[in-house]
Amino acid sequence: METNEKRKIKILINKKEIEVEENLTILDAARHAHIKIPTLCKHEDLHATGACGICVVKVEGMKKMVRACTTPIQEGMSIITHDAELHEVRKNVIELILSRHPNECLTCLRNGSCELQKFAEEFGIREKFFMPILIEKPKDLSTKALVVDAKKCISCGRCADVCQNIQEVWAIEFINRGFDMRIAPAGDILLADSPCIKCGQCSAHCPVGALIEYEETEKVWNALRNEELFPAVQIAPAVRVAFGEAFGLPPGTITTKKIYALLRKLGFKAVFDTNFGADVTIMEEATEFYERFQFYNEKLPLITSCCPSWVDYLEKYYPELIDNFSSVKSPHQIVGVLTKTYFAEKNNINPAKIFMVSIMPCTAKKYEITRTDDMFASGFQDVDVSLTTRELVRMANSGGIDFENINEEEPDEILGQYSGAGTIFGTTGGVLEAAIRTAYYLFTGNNLQNLEINEIRGLKGIKTGTIKIDSKEIRVAVAHGIGHIKKVLDEIKEAKINKTKPPYDFIEVMACPGGCIAGGGQPYQISDKLRIKRTDGIYNDDRQQNIRYSHENPMVKKLYEEFLNKPLSSKSHKLLHTKYKSKPIYYK
Amino acid sequence: MTLQKEEVKLPQELLDFIKNNKDKKGYEIMILHKVQELYGYVPRKVAMELSRKINIPLAKIYGVITFYHIFKLNKPGKYKIQVCMGTACYLKGGQDILGEIENILGTGVNTTTEDGLFSIEIVRCIGCCGIAPAMMINDKVYGNLKKEQLIEILGEYTKLEGKEMKNDKN
Repeated sequence: METNEKRKIKILINKKEIEVEENLTILDAARHAHIKIPTLCKHEDLHATGACGICVVKVEGMKKMVRACTTPIQEGMSIITHDAELHEVRKNVIELILSRHPNECLTCLRNGSCELQKFAEEFGIREKFFMPILIEKPKDLSTKALVVDAKKCISCGRCADVCQNIQEVWAIEFINRGFDMRIAPAGDILLADSPCIKCGQCSAHCPVGALIEYEETEKVWNALRNEELFPAVQIAPAVRVAFGEAFGLPPGTITTKKIYALLRKLGFKAVFDTNFGADVTIMEEATEFYERFQFYNEKLPLITSCCPSWVDYLEKYYPELIDNFSSVKSPHQIVGVLTKTYFAEKNNINPAKIFMVSIMPCTAKKYEITRTDDMFASGFQDVDVSLTTRELVRMANSGGIDFENINEEEPDEILGQYSGAGTIFGTTGGVLEAAIRTAYYLFTGNNLQNLEINEIRGLKGIKTGTIKIDSKEIRVAVAHGIGHIKKVLDEIKEAKINKTKPPYDFIEVMACPGGCIAGGGQPYQISDKLRIKRTDGIYNDDRQQNIRYSHENPMVKKLYEEFLNKPLSSKSHKLLHTKYKSKPIYYK
Repeated sequence: MTLQKEEVKLPQELLDFIKNNKDKKGYEIMILHKVQELYGYVPRKVAMELSRKINIPLAKIYGVITFYHIFKLNKPGKYKIQVCMGTACYLKGGQDILGEIENILGTGVNTTTEDGLFSIEIVRCIGCCGIAPAMMINDKVYGNLKKEQLIEILGEYTKLEGKEMKNDKN
């Protein structure tokens, strides 16, 4: 029988013997021994490239220093990771990088979170170093979601690796070489015209300020001081389990009610929750699924559409599957449009004065809010600004909020209360699981008892399963990390061409690995460990809710009674649904 | 610049080349060499069509063709001027030679004059260190160059085209 136990070997790190799995690099072996070797290019999610040269170490018997990230360990190897000479060499490397990096720390978005800045501080670089050679390179703001500031690039290659090899989007690449090298889309075009889907994974992995979110905090501050306006706000599911990290709380800590309180302190007059919108999305989407499964089989599989990066990808590369896409808008658009219609009517507020801000783990939401005319269904722009989690962290800090000691508060009615099904939207598998909980009720009239569907939970790239509802079998697939979806979609496409039954009935896709909890707009330092902790936070939040089915959320029931009538009614079609179109782009 | 989808028909020679080599290791770069050979540069629409044809992301193609100097992104001039910036030529004033050529032609490095006659590029050592500073125009080597000679040298080529060489300085 094959064992999963990997063979272990003995090595010496700083003269101390340790036993570690074979096939590790020196960098990883040192991490096992809790020794931190500095690096700017190696990221836990990504491949080692040896680009930055900071991780050099000494190995007994080797004349030259070697890069820890790309050198595999060998039995009996003796490694020195830190000494005065290595300090000097590393310091020199950092000085060389700094000689090609603009000295703009004070005005940079990454001021305080920059990995290069941190090393410059730690290594004691205080004087002028090498003569700087700086080359002006154009700044690309075209997507209004992400900014490429190539002159700050340190050529570590993380963004290209995540874009090409994890996401398989191939929007950006190193163009030119030497001093002229910059990170850019192919062929002298803007990022907005490239295959970029705005997922922002590049910005979540960039060690410096070369790839950042399109910052809009100032717009929000201006709205908050404008007395004419009625500023309203909503927070996405994934924000609540990551936001606390910026204030020293362990990843996965649920800080929902503290965030409500902080948003009120910042000056928002109505504090809503995107989870409520998620519950509404489920009411519509589960009904959509029920109808297609019962009556319009040819429109199966139904594919979820909450993720704007995924929508963009599908429109660009799989337009032939548009009919399979759920037409329901994403939760934050739903809260946006309902704020400017239902809430405004009920409270006698002029919707023209409402300024809706959504706090999202996502950079693509910035793109989604003006994606089509449907995003103006209230007669106004339904969501005025979408901020990333990171942007809200900055607002909280500059707003003088003592987050640790802030008292918890409740959200505002009528778009604040949520069910456990709404909250799990924040992680991979969650949308489908929430939809199944309500679809089960639609099929049977009863509630699903074992409501935690373990087959579609976890970090495996593609998860498949069969869910039994009475005698019916629903075949589901969940993909996260856009690079994984191709395989599933190609199976569907092939079935369409061959006119055979497609292998799945219901498919969920989230563009970011791990889903929204690890979205492109979340706090930095993402890794699988962090993904698991944030996901645990989401599932804990679900378990803590008294109501765990979207169709049992009393405020959702009220919404349908008072305003929308029933799911897929003409009013909900007008306000809560959208269309997609083929967006031919050059073949990536 | 917005990218438009352009229909482009690849020449038969290139299609045959792809067909004959597609099982070879590293064939992608061989194809790019073929394109460079056929067109004298890698036109964007050809790169786009090629990415479809051989199923390679356009970003990857551009990564390669902007890395290696042998690939050109712009159509070269009829007369390709290569100014040497190897160590010897550089020390002997290669930069001045380049500057003067730019002045005379009114265009810079890696560009082509509007009439399509001349393109300028920098090369590192053409193996003529003994006669530095040196340059090549197509296959002809010019050595021991002095700034003052350049107008005359370039003038010979314009004369071949039945044109007068203008020099704004005179």
